[in-house]
Amino acid sequence: MNVRKMRQMLKNQSGTISAIRANGELGRRIRDMGLVPGASITIRGHAPLKDPVALRVMGFTLTLRNSEADLIDVEVK
Amino acid sequence: MTATIALAGNPNAGKTSLFNVLTGARQHVGNYPGVTVEKKEGIYIDQERKFRIVDLPGTYSLTAYSMEEVVARDYLVNEEPAVVIDILDASNLERNLYLTVQLLELGVRVCVALNMMDVAKNRGISINVDKLSMLLGAPVIPMVARSGIGKKEVMVASGEVADLSAVRPKLEITYGEDIDQALAELTDLIKEHRFLTDTYPALWIALKYIEEDKQIKDLGKGADPEVSARLEKIVDRLSRHLQKTLNTYPEALIADHRYGYIKSIIRQGVVTYHHKQDRLYISDKIDKVVTNRFAGPMIAAATIFGLYQFVFVYSEVPVGWFEGFFGWIGGFAETHLPEGLLKSLIISGIIDGVGGVLGFVPLLMFMFFGISLLEDSGYLARVAFMLDRVFRIFGLHGSSVMAFIVSGGIAGGCAVPGVMATRTLKSKRERLATLLTVPFMNCGAKLPVFALLVAAFFSENQAVFMFFITLAAWVGALLVAKLFRSTIIRGASAPFVMELPPYRVPTFRGLVIHTWERTWQYIRKAGTVVLSISILLWAMMTFPGLPKSEEHGFDNARKKILAATPLNTASGLDSQKMGDDLSPQAESVRKALLRVDAQEAEAALKHSVAGRMGIALEKVSHWAGFDWRTNIALVGGFAAKEIVVATMGTAYSLGEVDPEETMGLSKKLANSPNWRPLVALSLIFFVMFYTPCFVAVVCISREAGSWKWGAFSMIFNTLLAFMLAVLIFQIGSALGF
Ligand SMILES: Nc1nc2c(ncn2[C@@H]2O[C@H](COP(=O)(O)OP(=O)(O)O)[C@@H](O)[C@H]2O)c(=O)[nH]1
Repeated sequence: MNVRKMRQMLKNQSGTISAIRANGELGRRIRDMGLVPGASITIRGHAPLKDPVALRVMGFTLTLRNSEADLIDVEVK
Repeated sequence: MTATIALAGNPNAGKTSLFNVLTGARQHVGNYPGVTVEKKEGIYIDQERKFRIVDLPGTYSLTAYSMEEVVARDYLVNEEPAVVIDILDASNLERNLYLTVQLLELGVRVCVALNMMDVAKNRGISINVDKLSMLLGAPVIPMVARSGIGKKEVMVASGEVADLSAVRPKLEITYGEDIDQALAELTDLIKEHRFLTDTYPALWIALKYIEEDKQIKDLGKGADPEVSARLEKIVDRLSRHLQKTLNTYPEALIADHRYGYIKSIIRQGVVTYHHKQDRLYISDKIDKVVTNRFAGPMIAAATIFGLYQFVFVYSEVPVGWFEGFFGWIGGFAETHLPEGLLKSLIISGIIDGVGGVLGFVPLLMFMFFGISLLEDSGYLARVAFMLDRVFRIFGLHGSSVMAFIVSGGIAGGCAVPGVMATRTLKSKRERLATLLTVPFMNCGAKLPVFALLVAAFFSENQAVFMFFITLAAWVGALLVAKLFRSTIIRGASAPFVMELPPYRVPTFRGLVIHTWERTWQYIRKAGTVVLSISILLWAMMTFPGLPKSEEHGFDNARKKILAATPLNTASGLDSQKMGDDLSPQAESVRKALLRVDAQEAEAALKHSVAGRMGIALEKVSHWAGFDWRTNIALVGGFAAKEIVVATMGTAYSLGEVDPEETMGLSKKLANSPNWRPLVALSLIFFVMFYTPCFVAVVCISREAGSWKWGAFSMIFNTLLAFMLAVLIFQIGSALGF
């Protein structure tokens, strides 16, 4: 199994979220936007300064700061 | 009484578009009580019925994550609208249904408007509407809100839902054995004690306790601390158990199951994809260029510059009309009112005050239009995405950039639209820090002051100096933002998690409505307050008038000049019309008379409350190198920074000085013994950082939701500016400048 933090994923890489280690406000927000274990995502790219990251989930595009992406584990395809 | 329909939905699902087609021009904007969240209401009428339509803030969920969500939830629960139209983006059904599920759990009467059917079709997504309706147990109406397709059908279906007599059973999802068991326990307890059940369904309260919802838990504690504690205990037990066995939090499990429920609906043949799901849409292709590492920042810079040009250059013409109009009214009053206090009040207090407020209107309209265009098209989110890394260093948000630019990040903006531009920021602390620091930017009204001082004392390298001034404003604003974010507005930054909506071409109608709404709100709110402060400032600079003896002195001086004038020259003066050339003798007499007038004005100003304040302030201000004349000018600058130059003119007996024509004043300053380059530098920094003008203060108070912040920005900024000015002046003096 090839699990890594979302921050370490490269552009155009896809995978399935395996765990989210955020709780409280951030965790809630992440989940409200459709990032839950089992959701498949694709990294769409990074901002010019490498942070934040943009990803595709459920057919729309979402951006996260790297510090937030650190809390999400993805099983990379 | 007309029944109320509330519109709910995710941001960018098309809520505003639907609201506009339903209500047309019959709408008005206000605020929800106590918060700065906009509340839009309107009336829908057709042949059969009439409804009151309330537009709830766009939310992704009904948790208490943001002000918007709390407001939407409170409204649904407390105001009990007859129907809630839930607007879904059909091209993005799965995530949009997350809110729908929560609405159904809350037990409100839902009618689903399945919007953006055109987009879904283009993307090769087809949706089995009847099936979705059956599975949700609510009517589902396909529509294209932007062009009004499906509007009638939605209202018919909503009408039917409103007329239903039986309350639809609430949706009950299974959340897995552990949670379901705890839920049962909690609900029993809640029902037994009728704990908050007057307002909320029992199951919903139980869910919110498990979700650790702060708002509901606080309510519960207030209502019945004992039951609340018992509920929390059950939740604690559940939470510990789940962390031990599944290594997860209850609220995460709840979200999982909600999405699971949504998946199960969608998998029953509701959605069919005719294309591969992750193919690139046009939006993605645009983003490849627009957020590219190299092209992205350049396009953003060009766009920001374009917005700036649009707002400040193209608005010049209508601004000119407004100025012309108020100039005309002023002139009319000048010629038709009898000389005296009333005239002065009407011209300097009222017309200038109201003109000051309305003078911003064209500027604001252009700004709102430009920002709405960037916002509705989806581009603003990209700018925030690209710049977030930079602004985060200072505890701000990527979206802060717009507000800074508009306020004068490129010299010559205006803090009033800048403060209002912070509305695009959703996170509270970042927003507050932004709106408190944007007034440091060099707005167009500070520029004449800088121009005057630079021309008088640093004329060799004006351009370099102006650039340096702009840079200083940015550095100052960002550092102060950082200071605020590590002290009074301390706290973790709100999660950035933000949607990059697909690019869309906004409708002109939508932009116009948006622009007008925001402008009108400004006029209404700012107008009243500004008028009273303007009158106050006028009074301070007028009263008490000169003592009779001194007035006589000036009258005698005038008489003396006239007495020494040959009769025919004097009569030439009397009959002088605008534009007529005077004889050289008459001209010199006229100048002598004007000089006396100017001296009288200076004496009167010095004698007034503001003048006395200026003189009293000298005790402190001499530390920064300012004399009483500068002090009064700065006091006047609180009304509007333009006034600084004009008041200095009066204080230096030059009569009224047109801010655009300051050569005379600048020479006078350069030759004055009280002035030297160091004083000018100290004053430049003071003007850059001291209190925002009062229109800006009014806006800050409104946008921050409290007068305290307005007062804070006046006091803090002035203290900061003074400290800087003293520092510059004292160090400079010590170094011998
Ligand atoms: N193609 C298409 N665009 C739409 C539709 N409804 C709204 N829009 C556009 O989507 C964008 C966001 O709509 P808006 O009403 O502002 O969404 P809100 O954020 O939910 O209020 C705007 O540019 C609208 O013109 C629709 O049915 N089809």
